[in-house]
Amino acid sequence: MINTSRIRRILPPLVFGVAFLSLWEGVVRGFDLKPYFLAAPSKIFEQFFKNFVRIWEATSVSGTNALVGLIAGTVFGVAMSFVLSRYRFLGELVTPLAIALNAIPIFVLVAVLNNMYSITSEIPRRIMVSLVVYFIVLVNVAKGLTQVQSTHVELMKSYAASDFAILRKVRVPNAVPYLFTALKIAAPVSVITAFVSEYFGGSQNGLGSRITSNIANSKNAAAWAYVLGACLLGLTFYAVSIVLENVASRGGVASKTNNNK
Amino acid sequence: MSAVQVTGASKIFNQGTPKQVDALIDVNLTVEPGEFVSLIGPSGCGKSTLLRLIANLLEPTTGSITVNGKQASQSRLDQDYGMAFQQAGLFDWRTVAKNIELPLELKGWDKTKRAARAQEMLELVKLPEFAELYPWQLSGGMQQRIAIARALAAHPPLLLMDEPFGALDEMTREYMQGELLRICAETSTTVVFVTHSIPEAVYLSHRVVVMSPRPGRITDLINVNLGAKRTEDTRAAADFFTGITAVREALRGTHADHANAGAVRGVEDR
Repeated sequence: MINTSRIRRILPPLVFGVAFLSLWEGVVRGFDLKPYFLAAPSKIFEQFFKNFVRIWEATSVSGTNALVGLIAGTVFGVAMSFVLSRYRFLGELVTPLAIALNAIPIFVLVAVLNNMYSITSEIPRRIMVSLVVYFIVLVNVAKGLTQVQSTHVELMKSYAASDFAILRKVRVPNAVPYLFTALKIAAPVSVITAFVSEYFGGSQNGLGSRITSNIANSKNAAAWAYVLGACLLGLTFYAVSIVLENVASRGGVASKTNNNK
Repeated sequence: MSAVQVTGASKIFNQGTPKQVDALIDVNLTVEPGEFVSLIGPSGCGKSTLLRLIANLLEPTTGSITVNGKQASQSRLDQDYGMAFQQAGLFDWRTVAKNIELPLELKGWDKTKRAARAQEMLELVKLPEFAELYPWQLSGGMQQRIAIARALAAHPPLLLMDEPFGALDEMTREYMQGELLRICAETSTTVVFVTHSIPEAVYLSHRVVVMSPRPGRITDLINVNLGAKRTEDTRAAADFFTGITAVREALRGTHADHANAGAVRGVEDR
């Protein structure tokens, strides 16, 4: 039972993907498109396996930047959301700013950060990723901490519960699904930011810079092979965030968002 | 000693500003131990405000309120009452049993004692096999029964309820009314019950407190004599209809007296 329904879910996108790649391959061969215009999937896979070690190294550089930034941004974002929910006037000052910053591509700031550190340093990129992640986590977790059911708060007051008890037993559990929502948004964004940060100078060791340097050398198929590596890295981050969410919801935490309302 | 004593209580919101609202003016009410008292009236009559004053979730602007002979603020600290709202207000991340244990946790009870009490309460509301489920796995009526179990977990002498059955369908509602009467009789709990349903107020109560808006105040006290044991047959009894008529007329009175044409239309007649 489970197997057939799973196959039914996986099969259509799989068939579509294979068909798409076949069409791509067919168009490139049929119209005899030159590799500098569009590389054929077969050539891309060939380059991918030929350069596998180098792609892996570049992926681990960009991936480490994204991961370090993601963790640091999450830690600071959660910490700040506690401060903001405790001191509401600060929240009123900072939240509109955080939302506005979320809407603009602040990763261009990395050009400025690059000036502050040595040219080979990965720190500007990591700072950039953490900044982007920080605002996503801050906005969401702060919402989870403050937007609690008024019935819950009245109930806790009727138990003569302290503010700390309300925080621990109502606000924090209420914010947990919001944290995972934030991570689900932030995980792919952290990878994108790590790549894009590499376009603004610094050492040429990550996926983003390898893609541009291969294109500059007219090695189109190799550039696509690095793009494939970037896709796999982004997917990995997204998959991990989903696994984490499922682990948390198994404890009944995120169930509310899935089953109710 | 009375269970609840409200003396000359007023509650004015935003006093001295253009947005001033006289939510309650000069309210006097005494509730005896073991009594079931309903507060009924149209929207804005201050019935929920009065309940929150008794619960000390709000402070009165003037007047005094005692619960079990203590200041309301002290009785809140002592958890002398349990409270239930229209929304069951269960915590989705806690199991049913852990929800019931919450007030006991805050009182500092140890784990085994809490678990034993939660099981006892689940048996009282006839849901003993649901302890390990999560609230979202239960129906609305079951959730509300768990909320009542939680309100009574610490065995408080007083239960304060704010339209607890307002979101339930009619059949579930009547069933819950019967269950509430049985539970209160078994635990000899005093109840102050806010509702906007006339039949509900009459069926449940020893006394119905009729309130009127702008400014919120008590306009009538109606004694209901349906006997100690109320059954489903009570809903067809002559005394039941006499009570309903009396409350309805008292509510109309609040209408005629103050020419608030829209005021009574808000009262649901069910």
